[in-house]
Parts: sequence; structure tokens; C-alpha cells
Amino acid sequence: MAWVWFHKFGSPPHFYRLATRLTPWAAWPALLLGLAGLIGGLVLAPADYQQGDGFRIIYVHAPAAWLSLMVYVVMACTAAVGLIWRMAVAHAVAASCAPIGASFTALALATGMLWGRPMWGTYWEWDPRLTSELLLLFLYLGYMGLRNAIDDVPRADRASAVLAIVGVVNVPIIHYSVIWWNSLHQAPSVMKFGQPTMPASMLIPLLLMLAAFTLLFAALLLIRARGEVLQRERNARWMLEALERLSTHDGPPTRDGPSAKGVLVGR
Amino acid sequence: MTVNLARFFAMGGYAVYVWPCYALAALVIGLNIVAARRSLQRAQRAARRRLEAARGAMAP
Amino acid sequence: MSARASFASAAALLMARDLRLALRRAGDSLLPLGFFLVITTLFPLALDPELSQLRDIAPAALWVGALLSSLLALDLLFRDDGQDGALEQLALCGQPFAGLLLAKTVVHWLLTGLPLVLVAPLAAIALGAPYGAMPGILAAVLLGTVCLSLIGAVGAGLTLSLRRNGSLLALLVLPLAVPVLIFGARATALAIAGESLAAPLYLLAAIAVLAATLAPWALAAAVRIGLE
Repeated sequence: MAWVWFHKFGSPPHFYRLATRLTPWAAWPALLLGLAGLIGGLVLAPADYQQGDGFRIIYVHAPAAWLSLMVYVVMACTAAVGLIWRMAVAHAVAASCAPIGASFTALALATGMLWGRPMWGTYWEWDPRLTSELLLLFLYLGYMGLRNAIDDVPRADRASAVLAIVGVVNVPIIHYSVIWWNSLHQAPSVMKFGQPTMPASMLIPLLLMLAAFTLLFAALLLIRARGEVLQRERNARWMLEALERLSTHDGPPTRDGPSAKGVLVGR
Repeated sequence: MTVNLARFFAMGGYAVYVWPCYALAALVIGLNIVAARRSLQRAQRAARRRLEAARGAMAP
Repeated sequence: MSARASFASAAALLMARDLRLALRRAGDSLLPLGFFLVITTLFPLALDPELSQLRDIAPAALWVGALLSSLLALDLLFRDDGQDGALEQLALCGQPFAGLLLAKTVVHWLLTGLPLVLVAPLAAIALGAPYGAMPGILAAVLLGTVCLSLIGAVGAGLTLSLRRNGSLLALLVLPLAVPVLIFGARATALAIAGESLAAPLYLLAAIAVLAATLAPWALAAAVRIGLE
């Protein structure tokens, strides 16, 4: 029975319609949870004993770092599904992940550097986490570079899928080796945002932000994946119907429209 | 009330690090949203063009 | 007409052929070695030729040189066979493709990695390493070049028949090669300091075993995609 669901999900028109319907369900909660997390993190949480108000950077740094890693895993898994079951939809999802993951990796790096400056005294220390993030960024860029270099879309799909799978196997190895390397060279102070006992007033906003970012990723993924699916379908009839609806709407449509956040942003 | 607001923005002296982080986050999130929607629109337009071309090719 | 040849004999034939072809143009295979020597020479030129300081950067110079020259050497792996169609024949001949590609990679390592293994300890001496460090460095570079050949081969397979763009290959392979760099350099540093380099050496060996097990399948998938 589960296989029916699986293959239905892989059908492009079904996926397209599902993605269209689900996007607001991801976008709105993302916005609300994000606002709640922001208020909790910036206003309600007390200042840290050691880092003062500077620790509040964690409320954007940690979700960005979480996203950077999670998106890579999603990318590799969907790429594997696409490779094994030859599902264009899975490849479309994998392709959509890359720019999102890369940008949040860059954000994690930038916020990590800005956090490091007051805490360590320099913008960059070869801290294991930051170094691993940097290498992860290179992995994303390599993936995107390979996709870009192959013109034929199905071939690009399959080649980058192999790369993603090889990469995901390497991510724990790279991470472990960097930690090992770093521990030998006595990093002056490891970023201690993983304190074992974080009071609830600090922890809850963090969880809210993590959830918000995850849902945001889901919304972004659904939007991008729809476009990618369209690219991989040639002239199927279902597209006629889906696209007809577009031209009869003016202004921000709600059916196949952008995320609710887009409406809020005013476009 | 203004004292509290000033203190809030000062972030205990770390303002020059904290606020750029949040600004960067807003920027990355905003760019992602814009880029995602643009890529979808581009794909929709291209698909529509392909369909119309195909329909035109089929019609006598 | 003839009975299906065993994989072992097919692989042996392939390896012998590759070796023969490469030895006809031995210069091609020795280029990466020359490159390695040039790079390891650049480091002392960029710094102070004072030997005691050189010893500190010797691991870095050796391993960055090894990484870059193995990147260069990857060009040789599939270039000729990819161009003249021999790779396609291998894919279609009915023997396990992954195994044949592994055989090709082994020959490639013999031609480009093994010279590096033999020369690296000497380069280390030139950079101020004590004689006692040579066995350790030998072992580390041996394992390291094996890993680099395997990982690099996957990258080469993925970029098969793409516009000759070396930087893409570098971007793909170098992040994956970082653990080799870390453990290899650490092993070299320990060898130079005269301490036991068991830990990083075992880790390098673990990576080598993992690569030898997984890389052939990734290679076969990558090359098949590249041949389409």
C-alpha cells in the first residue's frame, strides 16, 4: 500500500498540485513561529552570563547551520531516490535544494564569523564547526558547478546525484576529521553555544527558530521544485491545465501562488 | 520606555555584531523567497511557450 | 564463440594493456611527479630556507603538493580511452564494469601515485625532516595516494566529456580529499617529530579501505552517466 503512495508522489502532476496546495501550510506557520522565536530570543530571553546579549546571534546562526546540514542530507536522499527509481520529481527536488542549502551555509558562516569576533577576538578561527561549514559550502558549490556544466538535464540530474551521494558519505568523515584536527591544535575557545543546561527561556526561542527555518525551507523547496518539475516535463497535458489557471489570475494568486510570506512582503 | 528601547538596540554593547547578523539573515531569507518565486515563474513561462509552440505545430 | 573469460583474466589483460600504452609515453605519467617536485620546492622559496623552520611546514608542503599533483594526474585516467571509445567497449563487454574501472585506477596509481610515494620521503628530507621519519612518511603517502587516486577517479568519471575544465574537477575532488590531507599531514608531522603515528595512519587506512570498497561502484555509475 505504501508503494502506491510513493509512486503517486512521484507523478509530476500530482506532485505539482500537492506542492501548490502545501506551500501556504509551510509558509504561514514558518512566519508565525519565526516571529515568536524572534520575540522570545531578542526580548524575552535573559542575557547570557558569559556572552551578554551577544549570544542572541545563536537564534539565526544555529538555525542556518542546522538548515545547511539538513538540506544537504535531503538533497542526497532525494537524489538517491531519483537515481534508483528514475523519478524525475525526486531529481527536481534535489536540484531545488542546492541553492537554498548553499545560501544558508553562507549565512551560517557569516553569522559565525560575526559571533566569533567579540567572543574570540578574530573573525576567523579554524574552529571545527566553522571549518566544516566552509567545506560544506564547497560541496554545495561543487554540486551546483557540476549541474551547471552538464547541459542535458537528465544527465546532469544523474551525475549530480552520484556526487551528492558521495558527498553525503563524506560529510561525517570530513566533520570528524576536522574536529580531530582541531582538538590537537588547542583552539583557544570553542564556541560554547551547546551548553548542556540551557534555561528554557533561552532554549524555547531556539527551538521555535529551528522549526521556523525548517518550515521556511519546506516552502522554498516546494516553490522551486514546481518549477524544476515543469522543466523536466515536456508537453504533458496536465501542464496545460495548470498553466491556464495562471493566465486567468491577476495579482498574487492564492491557488498556485507564491508563499503567503510573499503576499506579506507586498508583491 | 525609550531607555528600554535604547538598551534593546544596544544589545549590551554587541549591537554591531548582533544586528548585522539579523540583517544578513533577513537578506538571505528574502533573497531566497524572491529567487524561488522568480525561478518558478520563469519555468512556468517557458513551459507555456513550449506548450503553445507544440499546439501551434499540431494545428493545421 | 569462445567461453566467457573470467573477470581476473579480463582485468589482467586490461591492466597489462594500460601499462603498455602508458609506458610508451612515459613522459605523460612522470609529469605529475615533476609537478610535485616543483610545488614542494616553491614552499621553501616562499619562506626562509632556514631548515629548522622548513621542518614545520614540511607536512603541509608535501601534502598540498601531493593533492595538487594527483589532481593533475587524473587527466590521464580516462582521457584517451574516453576519446577513442575504449571506455564504452569496457562498459559493454559483459565483465563487471566496476571491477574493470578499479583495475584501471590501480594501474593509474602505479603510474602516478607510486612514484610520488617513492619520492615524497626524499622531498621531506629536503625540507628538513630527519632520516628516521622516512618509513612513516612512506606509509602515510602510500595510503594517502591510494585514497586520492580512488576519490579523484570518481571526480574524473563525473566530469568525463565535459569541457576541459580543471577547476571544476578540483572543486569536486578537493573538499572530499580534506580528511586525507588532515590525517596525512598529521601523520607526517608526527613522523618528523619522532612520535608514533599509529592513530592517523590507521584512520588513513580506514579511509583507504572505505574508498576501495565504495569508489568502484560510484565510478561505474559516474562513467556510465558520462558515456551517455
